[in-house]
Amino acid sequence: MFPDSGRAVFGVAFNFRGELARLSGQLPVSPVLYLRPRNTWNSSGAPIRIPAGTDALKMAGTLGVVMGPSLSYVAINDVSIPHDSYFRPAIRQRCRDGFCVIGSEITGQLPGEFRTFVNGELRSRSSAADLVRPIHRLLADIGEFLTLAPGDILLIGEPSDAPLARAGDRVRVEADGLAPLENRVEPE
Amino acid sequence: MKHARVAYAGAVHRVTESSGGVRLPSGRILSEEDVVWLPPLLAGTNHPGTIFALGLNYADHAKELDFQAPADPLIFMKGPQSLCGHRGQTVRPRGVSNMHYECELAVVIGKTARRVSKANAFDYVGGYTVANDYTVRDYLENFYRPNFRVKSRDLSTPLGPWLVDAADTPDPMNLDLRTHLNGQVVQQGNTRDMIFDIPTLIAYLSGFMTLAPGDIILTGTPQGLTGVQAGDEVITEIDGIGSLKNTIIED
Repeated sequence: MFPDSGRAVFGVAFNFRGELARLSGQLPVSPVLYLRPRNTWNSSGAPIRIPAGTDALKMAGTLGVVMGPSLSYVAINDVSIPHDSYFRPAIRQRCRDGFCVIGSEITGQLPGEFRTFVNGELRSRSSAADLVRPIHRLLADIGEFLTLAPGDILLIGEPSDAPLARAGDRVRVEADGLAPLENRVEPE
Repeated sequence: MKHARVAYAGAVHRVTESSGGVRLPSGRILSEEDVVWLPPLLAGTNHPGTIFALGLNYADHAKELDFQAPADPLIFMKGPQSLCGHRGQTVRPRGVSNMHYECELAVVIGKTARRVSKANAFDYVGGYTVANDYTVRDYLENFYRPNFRVKSRDLSTPLGPWLVDAADTPDPMNLDLRTHLNGQVVQQGNTRDMIFDIPTLIAYLSGFMTLAPGDIILTGTPQGLTGVQAGDEVITEIDGIGSLKNTIIED
């Protein structure tokens, strides 16, 4: 039912400048990673299921860096249950089935901007210029201890203005030069 | 039956145990020193699945680290690049002061599990193996702790040698486990002392996400941690499951 590819998809938290305010002054020494395991992988057009008892989900429209002989980029909607405590890994908040929408297209050119819409309204717009650790620094800092393999994907961060969406909402993530991701939030 | 995956004579083979050695599909029997051991995989899968690990899942270990036992399982994840096989080598980064082994029973999921009850949880286990969940405590930070730099370093999680069929492990919650450091026993425990036992962990995880065949749960370690240095030989061992050897090297 899930892919047996060995591909790993990692995300990095606190990598947009606006996110640093959440850290009350304590900056991570090393990139703060999390995994998007295979049960979370989803595609455009499929529903995003909101768990019973959860009011809204965070929709972080962002980019994934696809590892290979040269880097390429993919549009991502990195979905999570909003959480304020970052002390322990947010497995329950992030590892739900279908919580990582991955575009089917890749491009070799870094998209200039990526945007998140909820019900047609533009709610987030960001670019790689807003990153705390730019992509090459991020790859170098992670590569110090963890080797990303060809085909692995690294999500560059969650934009600080990532919106919430509720059951019934339509979410669209656009990245310049790539087909948009469109998903509807539906009850579990 | 005990299954393994080895490299030998220019190819990767799925093998089974035979009188202490390995039996190739051709029937040929080799000694364990003759092959290169790879992390075991569930039959029918070609890659490790999602890898979970437990922090503070033995009361004595939680106390050793001066933590209260957690109310919910403390679960973190590891990348697939963190695995290495039996008789492999793990790097101790230059200049660190505190790197230690952790002997753990690893549970390999055998079939798709979603909202499984504790009562049925063992039906979803494919088999068991041994893990050594090395930790470099110098790199701990207070964001998503324990962070990947501590726990998911390349080749820092020896796994194996054998994947033992669940059917051949009638009482996984009563297995002695121990670590030998350069021939001395330095860590001992029994899986009965887990705070969250295997059925609880499978019920907990499958309660909010789907587990799939090949997913791996490292169930935590008992007390008895000491530091490792380059050149150390570390054997993590679980009765009836296997004896997993690793050597610490410098980078």
